[in-house]
Amino acid sequence: MSTVNLQISERRTERGGSIGRRSAGLFFVLPAVSFTVVFFILPLIFTVYMSLHDWPLLGDHEFIGLDNYSALLSDRQFWNSLWFTTRYTLLITPVIFILAFVLALLVSLPLPGVGIYRTVYFLPVVIGLGSSSLLWVWLLHDRVGVINAILTGLGLMDRPIIWLADSSYAMTAIIMSVVWKTVGFTMILLMTGMQAIPAELYEAAKVDGANYWGRLRYIMMPLLRRTFALALILSVIGSYLGFDQFFIMTAGGPQNSTISVVYWIYKNSFTNFKLGYGASLSIVLLVILVILSIIQLRLLRDETSY
Amino acid sequence: MTTSVSAVSAPSTAHSRGRNRPGRIAFYVVCTALAALFLFPIVWTAISSVKPPPEASAVPPTFLPSRLDLGNFVKLNEYGRGVWNYVGNSAGTAVMTVIGATLLSTLAGYGFSRFQFRGKGLLFVMILMTLMIPFQSILIPLFLILTGLKLQNTLFGLALVYITFQLPFGVFIMRNSFDAVPREIEEAALLDGCSSLSMLYRVMLNIVRPGIITVGIYAFLNSWNEFLAALIFMTKETSFTLPILLTSVRSGYYGSIDWGALQAGLIVTIAPCIFIFLLLQRYYISGLTGGATKG
Repeated sequence: MSTVNLQISERRTERGGSIGRRSAGLFFVLPAVSFTVVFFILPLIFTVYMSLHDWPLLGDHEFIGLDNYSALLSDRQFWNSLWFTTRYTLLITPVIFILAFVLALLVSLPLPGVGIYRTVYFLPVVIGLGSSSLLWVWLLHDRVGVINAILTGLGLMDRPIIWLADSSYAMTAIIMSVVWKTVGFTMILLMTGMQAIPAELYEAAKVDGANYWGRLRYIMMPLLRRTFALALILSVIGSYLGFDQFFIMTAGGPQNSTISVVYWIYKNSFTNFKLGYGASLSIVLLVILVILSIIQLRLLRDETSY
Repeated sequence: MTTSVSAVSAPSTAHSRGRNRPGRIAFYVVCTALAALFLFPIVWTAISSVKPPPEASAVPPTFLPSRLDLGNFVKLNEYGRGVWNYVGNSAGTAVMTVIGATLLSTLAGYGFSRFQFRGKGLLFVMILMTLMIPFQSILIPLFLILTGLKLQNTLFGLALVYITFQLPFGVFIMRNSFDAVPREIEEAALLDGCSSLSMLYRVMLNIVRPGIITVGIYAFLNSWNEFLAALIFMTKETSFTLPILLTSVRSGYYGSIDWGALQAGLIVTIAPCIFIFLLLQRYYISGLTGGATKG
């Protein structure tokens, strides 16, 4: 399809001078635009439409107005999932940020070999979250897992913990695995922000008698605010959309205590095949995320005038 | 755009470099310990995957393999249609995604960077807007659309969806790449009578190649690693991609989990990502910093 467009655009360009060039631009962007419309914009509109219907996988769908949304308000598991996802995001974000900040400081030091450390800390980022979650299921296993073996071997625990089946440990275990997998991403973002700060600023502060911590506190931190905001948006959105880690590591258990919002959408839509209800949950999630993004973008914009 | 990740900055200065010997030693001790922690899960999986199968599931786990043994990989191959079927599914989807995403992004990047046309701003914003909308929220209609087009359980259908998910990033990166090409180059080529398509093909493509590679790497990794869409769209066992195969290996055939096969499967899944990243690290990082900090 796209090759046809290209031929047309080329011919027009040759023939029609600047006007031809005009439509040529449209033809170049057309394939990407069509994909976006067919596989993103239309599905998005369709999600809204479906959310107003009782829509089983097989058989007829029926318009029910806002019934899905009112059902959602009294859906206990939805609220539990929303609260669980929020709690997960609130817990994991500071862990990622503090660790990523320390790592970024370390790998920004001008010392030989520092590039190797940077690569190593970043390496888990390129592994899929699904694969890393499975890897940690094995590491954390109570019988064959190495983490329990090490902890009991060192005498830190009397007997192995069944990490993922115990609601008090499951959150810790999941956070541990996701931090391992994602912290390098935030580290690189922060490091790039640090490198963008002109060295003269540090020099000037040094002349004025500021020590390392002073320079960190009064020069780096304020100038990094924009980078922090960006990294925060990406991290919060990523956590809010978490699915793989819960589906794989705990399957939502124990007692449905680790079902994230996306997981609840998945269960309703593709296990119970209540597609209309799943669509209404999707819209609510979308609205929550857009609001979160706008709040955080505002944080970012305030910064530009700095 | 800073493509290299050279390290100069942070509140430390050249001054404090040579002086502080204990500090330097502490730096290397801490960094090496951290590196060991980060590498451990991957290295441990690699070591365990080449243990003889009984050792791979030993309770408690043993440390080094008593001998090298590919038994775990053989057992992995006994799942479903054999592991090559699933490597083929993942690779086929990834190749189609890479080709589609780079082609569409390059064309669109060129169009948005070098041409004026009505609705240009609106269309650009529309493509980038999809970044703000999580794809997780449109999976239900996508599922119905793919089913309607009879593309459910096909690599092609999955690739179509993955290509679309890659477009906002890809178009953004490619638009920036073309923006960075000096106009003079283009004007010279225009005087030589180049049409806009042959200009793109003969002149521009070489210059924006780093951007294309960046888009390609992200397309590959995201397609290879994606889990939720593959879980929903690929319901037939023969169509599984590797991450989905792994979950079925993990649930086991007869209730007991074959840990050795899982370790082997993890290595098969993880190794290409690490290999490609190490090979093309520069482009990957430039996509992250260029795409992120300029956005």
